Amino acid sequence: MAGLPEKDLVDTGGISGMIAPRPFVIRRIERDTADTFTLRLKSGSDRNGLHFEPGQFNMLYVFGVGEVPLSISGDPAKPQFLVHTTRVVGPVTGALHRLKTGDMVGIRGPFGKGWPVDEAEGNDIVVIAGGIGLAPLRPALYHLLAHRKKYGRIVLLYGARTPADILYRRELEKWRARFDLEVEVTVDRGDESWWGNVGVVTTLVPRSPFDPLNAVALICGPEVMMRFAVMALRKKGMNIDDIYVSMERNMKCGVGLCGHCQFGPKFVCKNGPVFSYETLKNLFNKREI
Amino acid sequence: MTNKARRSLHEPAVISTAQLAQFFAGLSESGYRIIGPTVRDDVIILDEIAGPTDLPVGWTDRQDAAAYHLERMPNSALFGYVVGPQSWKKYLYPPRLELWQAARNKRAFELKQKQPEPPKLAFVGVRPCELAAIEILDRVLTGGEFSDEYYRRQRENTFIIAVNCTEPGGTCFCASMGTGPRARHGYDIVLTEVVDDSGHRLLVDTGSEAGLSAMSKLTAERASNEIQSRADELLSRAAGRMGRSLDTADLRELLYRNIENVYWDRVGKRCLTCANCTLVCPTCFCFATEDTTDLEAHRARRERRWDSCFTMDFSYIHGGSVRPSAKSRYRQWLTHKLAAWHDQFGSSGCVGCGRCITWCPVGIDITEEVCAIREHDPAQATVTEESNI
Ligand SMILES: Cc1cc2nc3c(=O)[nH]c(=O)nc-3n(C[C@H](O)[C@H](O)[C@H](O)COP(=O)(O)OP(=O)(O)OC[C@H]3O[C@@H](n4cnc5c(N)ncnc54)[C@H](O)[C@@H]3O)c2cc1C
Ligand code: SF4
Ligand code: SF4
Ligand code: FES
Repeated sequence: MAGLPEKDLVDTGGISGMIAPRPFVIRRIERDTADTFTLRLKSGSDRNGLHFEPGQFNMLYVFGVGEVPLSISGDPAKPQFLVHTTRVVGPVTGALHRLKTGDMVGIRGPFGKGWPVDEAEGNDIVVIAGGIGLAPLRPALYHLLAHRKKYGRIVLLYGARTPADILYRRELEKWRARFDLEVEVTVDRGDESWWGNVGVVTTLVPRSPFDPLNAVALICGPEVMMRFAVMALRKKGMNIDDIYVSMERNMKCGVGLCGHCQFGPKFVCKNGPVFSYETLKNLFNKREI
Repeated sequence: MTNKARRSLHEPAVISTAQLAQFFAGLSESGYRIIGPTVRDDVIILDEIAGPTDLPVGWTDRQDAAAYHLERMPNSALFGYVVGPQSWKKYLYPPRLELWQAARNKRAFELKQKQPEPPKLAFVGVRPCELAAIEILDRVLTGGEFSDEYYRRQRENTFIIAVNCTEPGGTCFCASMGTGPRARHGYDIVLTEVVDDSGHRLLVDTGSEAGLSAMSKLTAERASNEIQSRADELLSRAAGRMGRSLDTADLRELLYRNIENVYWDRVGKRCLTCANCTLVCPTCFCFATEDTTDLEAHRARRERRWDSCFTMDFSYIHGGSVRPSAKSRYRQWLTHKLAAWHDQFGSSGCVGCGRCITWCPVGIDITEEVCAIREHDPAQATVTEESNI
């Protein structure tokens, strides 16, 4: 009665605090590594697919099992295919892994704020990814390469645990052959077939060819890795408001209502998951926030 | 008033307890279920009531940290107590709510949704702090890009009879939070109960068109200056008799700059992470979702239920909980309530109802914890040192 804020309501599908999962069908499954796979999905109801911005995520529902947040890893210019790359770590990602081509999943999204690819035009771009963190950055890379002339130098620094854990291998090789993109890959532990870099990804920062005063950094990976990446970039002279990180928190709703994803005053689902490091700096290095 | 001239908003009237019964009956006739405080198992809870006699007539509550009991009063006041463990969020934001069901058809599935239509409810005895809590929930649940539809529909179906607090409780601090003891807005009608030598009277103020039209069914007397000044006096006395107080000056900044204060360890050692405080708090809104199937996995459903930032699961991500220690969970709760809430929703998340103090099994007191942080604030220490020079 008295006092409810007036506003235009977004169609929430009538569901309290949620929009209803929409049906998507699995069209193709690629096994990227032993524990990681990529699904290509097609909307069961909407021909236009799912328009999204690089860095946004969906809530993906496996029938009867549960729902998890997953970043979109496909090409934003091809929204008719929804692409998700997932590492198996527990019940929902495990159940997702067992699905077959033709099976259906539920999708809510896309949610959140993505990478600042437009604001970054005119600058060098440093992309730093650790492990599965390459997945949410791939849409940004597609965008940067599709609009290559708008950016300065583009550098991709990628770290994986072992050579067998390297994600999107064929694509990385193709990118490495380009003259307008610098790709450096490193592994924590090499093997006899590995001739490349060994060590954590942040060791690649000092000799990386970008102009720290005219660069924007996009970082995604485990929180410790991001912390060290920020330190390395700062040491090289970058400004903190040119550094962007993608945060990960428990999520139940994706729309700012369940409270689970809070990081200080921020809701990672709606204010992020991508944040300028500047906005997080007071909390980022503190424990158990 | 003898002639039935149309009253206007905020035109004070006086009714008797018998007329209050009539008023309830009128609401029932218009299809409202009357929900109000009532005594159950030695505690005042909220439930459906038939009339004023179901209210805790002649009872008062004694509250302190980890302490609650009911006592008889010398009179038969209807509202001589403050808030119990339950709050109105129980009705506006049910502890459990089915969001949807899904049925499997070979490899596909179809969603069905049959959320119940929220009933017409008349809330009786909503205290000023609770009105403030409802206004906060309005902003949290319906003020953003996405909105809680069930809540919004239930709010539209709710009639609010507020009651001003003339007898503050032992853990109350609404005066510090600027939410009480007098209701300023957010009600359809508000009562101030006056029991004295002149009798048992209820001063009524109408705050909405719905309140006005419900009141028009009664032949209420115009309020005399005498009863109005009596009520004013009771309310200003109440403001000075709060059981607790909280210094809110600079509070948001104080908490932000003391995230790493060692003092959090002390409260962390006492807190049982039982989640009582979040469950009794009228503004805590966090929920979890639960997905389940039947045994053959043909049908699935999703429910949402109240959740608490005091559980380990709450912040679980692959590899473990983000906040494993009790200290970090208490800090998250308190800092969210009193600091982050301002950034997120433009006000404090605490209305000073005192429930979290009364119902904490180990008597942790949010007002004392803030005092302790204030006393151990390094920034403050430097200021005092400097001013000593
Ligand atoms: C914005 C965002 C984007 C993500 N993108 C990807 C991605 O592209 N690829 C990928 O493999 N993983 C991604 N993750 C992590 C992924 O959501 C978790 O691995 C997944 O939730 C694990 O669920 P589970 O049931 O398989 O395992 P468990 O770890 O056993 O999870 C049990 C429950 O805890 C919750 N939970 C556990 N871990 C997380 C987590 N990290 N974040 C949120 N909730 C969690 C879920 O509700 C889950 O149902 C992302 C997380 C976030 C927040
Ligand atoms: S934090 Fe405690 S005093 Fe404040 S509104 Fe919640 S329960 Fe009431
Ligand atoms: S503060 Fe008290 S009520 Fe809240 S979780 Fe800790 S022990 Fe429980
Ligand atoms: S995931 Fe629910 S509030 Fe962010």
